[in-house]
Amino acid sequence: MDHTMKNRFIALYVENDVGVLAKVSGLFSGKSYNLQSLTVGMTERDDVSRMTICVSSDDVTFEQIKKQLNSMVEVIKVLDLTCVPVCMKEILYAKIKDLDHDGMDAVFRIAETFRVRVKDIGIDCLILECMQTERKNNELVALLKRQFHNKVEIVRGGPVAIESISTTDSK
Amino acid sequence: MDITGRKLFVKALLEEGVDTIFAYPGGMIVDLLDELYKTEGIRVILPRHEQALVHEAEGYARATGKPGVCLVTSGPGATNTITAIADAHYDSVPLVIFTGQVPQGLIGNDAFQEVDIVGMTRSIVKYGYTVRDRKALGEKIKMAFHIATTGKPGPVLLDIPKDIQTTSGPSEYPDYVAIRGYKPNESVHIGQLKKAYKLLKSAKHPIILAGGGIHVSGAEKELVTFAEKMNIPVVTTIMGKGSIPENHPLYVGNSGMHGRFAANIAVTECDVLLSIGTRFNDRITGDLNEFAPHAKIIHVDVDTASISRNVVVDIPVVSDAKLALSKMIDWAEPMKTDKWLAEIKQWNEEHPLSMPQGKSHELSPQCIMEGINEVFPKGIVVTDVGQHQMWATQYIKCGHDKKMVTSGGLGTMGFGFPAAIGAKIGAPKKDIICITGDGGFQMNMQEMATAICEHVPIVICLINNENLGMVRQMQQLFYGKRYEAVSLRKRVGMDTPKPLDPNYPEYVPDFMGIAASYGAYGIRVTKNEDVIAALKEAKKHKDAPTIVEFIVSADELVLPMVKGGNPMSEMILK
Ligand SMILES: Cc1ncc(C[n+]2csc(CCOP(=O)(O)OP(=O)(O)O)c2C)c(N)n1
Ligand SMILES: [Mg+2]
Repeated sequence: MDHTMKNRFIALYVENDVGVLAKVSGLFSGKSYNLQSLTVGMTERDDVSRMTICVSSDDVTFEQIKKQLNSMVEVIKVLDLTCVPVCMKEILYAKIKDLDHDGMDAVFRIAETFRVRVKDIGIDCLILECMQTERKNNELVALLKRQFHNKVEIVRGGPVAIESISTTDSK
Repeated sequence: MDITGRKLFVKALLEEGVDTIFAYPGGMIVDLLDELYKTEGIRVILPRHEQALVHEAEGYARATGKPGVCLVTSGPGATNTITAIADAHYDSVPLVIFTGQVPQGLIGNDAFQEVDIVGMTRSIVKYGYTVRDRKALGEKIKMAFHIATTGKPGPVLLDIPKDIQTTSGPSEYPDYVAIRGYKPNESVHIGQLKKAYKLLKSAKHPIILAGGGIHVSGAEKELVTFAEKMNIPVVTTIMGKGSIPENHPLYVGNSGMHGRFAANIAVTECDVLLSIGTRFNDRITGDLNEFAPHAKIIHVDVDTASISRNVVVDIPVVSDAKLALSKMIDWAEPMKTDKWLAEIKQWNEEHPLSMPQGKSHELSPQCIMEGINEVFPKGIVVTDVGQHQMWATQYIKCGHDKKMVTSGGLGTMGFGFPAAIGAKIGAPKKDIICITGDGGFQMNMQEMATAICEHVPIVICLINNENLGMVRQMQQLFYGKRYEAVSLRKRVGMDTPKPLDPNYPEYVPDFMGIAASYGAYGIRVTKNEDVIAALKEAKKHKDAPTIVEFIVSADELVLPMVKGGNPMSEMILK
């Protein structure tokens, strides 16, 4: 058993019904589990939604979380994605404001290095659209905040994951 | 041909074999009541408060093994049920609770008597749902009964908006529903069970810890057979009490905070602990690091989520208790445990369970409990929560034809009296004895009216110590006798009264007066020698309940005791 806290990922198939999101998220608050992110959306089936959940926990708690989720009637299936190869990306938008000429240049250089798109631009501001791993997004956010203190506005969607077909992991 | 939702509701109840429904009226369920009015074969019980209503349904369920069925109105009717639903959740009692709801067009408007009861109860039900489609009503009712009664039983809440009740739709009530997210465990992994058995067999100092799951699955006989075949001593939790008869040579006693000395020491000293149907709650384990420190632990439970949750388990077995035990009975061979049994017996002799007896004119709780054992050898003892409950778990002798029903997981004051009424309604031929405190009884005392009007002749043993005794005991032992907010006799501007002080203003209410005003019987007992006669007299009354009030000193303590969070081996004995 591993007692260190680390990030773990779960994919959850749930009934696409009123109150299910509240029930799942209520479990995390009610039992003091450390929820990092939760995304939810429709699947190929109208009556099934799929969530991607990231929690920070040790092994024991993580086992308990999976069991608790499994025991909910509304939960159809629990997949542990922590140790399987997955395709996983997070969408992030960063709006950077009050830029002078040099600032603009700097943002373009960052965008190029991180391979993210400049999605929109104004006289002194622009928007980056970033589809990358959560970790890369974290690094980008850290960099932007350091360079453009008080000028950045960030919105993130949380990671979305699907099991890989090949065995390569693109976490 | 299409029928209205209200008609389908009653049809569903009949098909589920519901013979009794506990109902409290209101605007959002009058349609359903109107349909019940026209129906033969379902007894409608009218309690006097919705919390008590649900406790009554719990008592009914525990006495009959059938789900308790409740019907309350929206808003305050629904919110009044919450405490009792939580109680049923923590003690795995099968309940189906129907709540009326405002018409769907008004949901979300903060309409009169609209509350989001499904949202409010989300963490204390096995399943909760607002029916939004008349076509789905039959399927949802079927689901409710199925989920409440299978696997680890529990409460299910179905919220039915008024328009669903009155709209026409399909008349079919399904006799089966497939629920893709709900697969209760119905088998056992034989390999895992074999591993468990081998480990148990290799032990020198084995113990079986039997919890409430034994009763839920009806595995009492199997437990005793298995223990006998293997020669293994049995310790119970409070919820497991009675799963093996009290006088059985292999029975050690209850473990836990107020358990028997020998039982807690045996758990501490054992080398293999086979625990069945208990979730190792903190009242059983005490300090987790010191719980069964030398033992390998085998945990059998029907609920995966209960395993390895509180203690780390060496061999988990996901299975219904009865199934696992019957399989293991086939393999069972006697073990050489004579020395171990002798050791346990010696601990029991060193520190037997007994209370210091007060002055001769006083009344001792032990004497009351022993009196109940003598006068009521069979039946169901239903307790409330407090010192009297702990004395009951210590001294009431249970067995396969003498059950105990108590609020274990939530410890809900106010549970005992209504639950006893429900038990009697479910099992009218059995003697039902309610053991309650003066505090807890007052939390649902209004149910005297229900008991009278529904002709429920139960015996209420009211242990009156003029105090919220359980809390007073904590203040006495751990808070320097600073008695705050525990005396039920204290008058404003006066000192807290000494126990049974004749010079202090009278205790209110006068419980004998209460009995009289409801048209019930009342007997007050103040001396040990009057206990038996009073109970015998109460037993004779078949038309109305009897309050037998026992006047007890507040200085009587529940001992032994383990302070919350301490190791089970550190018992306060005197
Ligand atoms: C609803 C509720 N409120 C508070 C408590 C805390 N509590 C546990 S036992 C107890 C005292 C019970 O007093 P009484 O019913 O007179 O029983 P006694 O302990 O005196 O036998 C209290 C206040 C509880 N368990 N339930
Ligand atoms: Mg009391």
